Amino acid sequence: MNPAAPIIKVRNLVKKFGNFTANDNLNFDVYRGEIFGFLGANGAGKTTAMKILCGLSKPTSGMANVAGYDVYHQHNKIKKSIGYMSQKFSLYEDLTVRENIRFYAGIYGMDRKSIRLKSKELIDKLGLSEAADVLIASLPLGWRQKLAFSVAMVHSPDLVFLDEPTSGVDPITRRQFWSLIYEAADKGVTIFLTTHYMDEAEYCDRVSIMVEGRIAAIDTPQRLKQIFEVESMNEVFIKLARNPEYKYEGTE
Amino acid sequence: MKHFLGFVKKELYHIFRDSRTLVILFGIPVILMILFGYVVTTEVKNARIAILDYSKDEVTRKIIDKIGSTDYFIIAKYLQSQKEISETFRKGQAKEVIVFEPGFGQKLKREKKASIHLVADASDANSANLVVAYTSAIINDYLLKENKAVAMPMQIVTESRMLYNPELKGVYMFVPGTMSMILVLICALLTSVSIVREKEMGTMEVLLVSPLKPAQIVFGKVAPYILLSFINVITILLLSNFVFGLPVKGSVVLLLAESMLFIILALSIGITISSSTSNQIVAMVVSMLGLMLPSIILSGFIFPIDNMPLWIKWICWLNPTTYFIIILKSVMLKGLGFLSIWKETAILAGATIILLVISIKKFKVRLEN
Repeated sequence: MNPAAPIIKVRNLVKKFGNFTANDNLNFDVYRGEIFGFLGANGAGKTTAMKILCGLSKPTSGMANVAGYDVYHQHNKIKKSIGYMSQKFSLYEDLTVRENIRFYAGIYGMDRKSIRLKSKELIDKLGLSEAADVLIASLPLGWRQKLAFSVAMVHSPDLVFLDEPTSGVDPITRRQFWSLIYEAADKGVTIFLTTHYMDEAEYCDRVSIMVEGRIAAIDTPQRLKQIFEVESMNEVFIKLARNPEYKYEGTE
Repeated sequence: MKHFLGFVKKELYHIFRDSRTLVILFGIPVILMILFGYVVTTEVKNARIAILDYSKDEVTRKIIDKIGSTDYFIIAKYLQSQKEISETFRKGQAKEVIVFEPGFGQKLKREKKASIHLVADASDANSANLVVAYTSAIINDYLLKENKAVAMPMQIVTESRMLYNPELKGVYMFVPGTMSMILVLICALLTSVSIVREKEMGTMEVLLVSPLKPAQIVFGKVAPYILLSFINVITILLLSNFVFGLPVKGSVVLLLAESMLFIILALSIGITISSSTSNQIVAMVVSMLGLMLPSIILSGFIFPIDNMPLWIKWICWLNPTTYFIIILKSVMLKGLGFLSIWKETAILAGATIILLVISIKKFKVRLEN
């Protein structure tokens, strides 16, 4: 984690849809190699901001830089250097494990040889060699989730966006999934994730909490709990949601 | 290109691993062709008729023999009295009763005039019309031949020739119509459903975040369907040639090229539908109802456009299927070349370009929200 060289840099970012301001003057950095939790209630503007950072939509005003590229003009380069996993795990159920890996590696422009090597590496690492030619539909949910995460990183990006990666998954599978996240972060991959589980927020290096289109608080979970004088992130979240005017922008 | 091939391969896996898609893609065209070919027929064949002959002379016998010897009619019953007519119809034993007046042959000889009464079951108006028309034609034919022997002083003989379809075969009408209906339905239905399925599964999100451009995603999704629909065109043409005996009179290459244009048009309709919904069922219903009815009713397939009120004519002229049917009839039945159908081709090409632009734009707009 290196605050001096942020992988995502957002300054005065505004996104409006007609009269509605979905993102109201966002300012934050995500540091290289950290696990960054992007929290907020439904409709707080998380998805809008994430779409901008993934190069899917352009801000109304302000500046945003992802992996060294500008979201206004270089969204194609951004797309190549990030990974993305949606909350639906987004694998093709009627394709086998191997075919899914190959397909996603292919659309990221990997050549045939590296695709073959990478498929073997992933299948071995996930312990799926027995199930490599089995359709995803017959795979247990936990395995699908692991595979989806690996597939999102098939092209070895420095930054991965996870959109509610653990929604609808049992606690044990969630815990296993978090060990994968830590493993990736240890290798220097930056993780940007959204979640509704406040216990997961505690696992993040830093979190930001969005309320009504603004970032109401951003810091490490420990620091936020101290500041708000509460025991858990859950209480931080509720306190913020009840006082939408509150704003705390960290100590650095 | 490499992205593209991988995409097409993946799409083919989807198609060949889903039995429902396969049935729609290859089963429905064959089923529709056979249904329209054998069941929905406008020809009279083996219609059951009854005879009420009050005269029972040589002339009536000859006429009855002539009618009975054709493929069109089977003489199912000989009636004895007027009363039996309504009973015969009620029991559905005959479609038509032919009544000869008493002393038919003698009257014809002496007064040069005798009457035959044709009573048809018009609860099915279309076939009643046809049956009556066929019977009259056979009786007129008989008279004509008899008159020749007698040599009447003056007479007008009308002789009609049905161009391009001398035997008035239904197959001439239904093949072009069925073919365009199948293409619209299959192409639009399958593309819209397959794109919407990716939205439902959440894979579309991942594709959009990937370096693929929207046009690449759209084209990668529809390319396999272009190929498979083309195979369908060939199947339909083979069926119409070998099963229904309707060969392509004009250039086959021209016909295939025009079909290709129409396939691309139908696919862009499918893409447009898919960008307005994110639910497979909705996509399916919209494609079926929104496309099937106009391509059957408002395209000149079954009902002639010339007979419609002006405002409905306008709808027909806005329906691309109308033009494709004209093209198919011109090339398949009349054997005409490109010069006679360039207008229709230009209209289809224009519509294709407009729809493609709209559909890709709409696709982009969705992703930018």
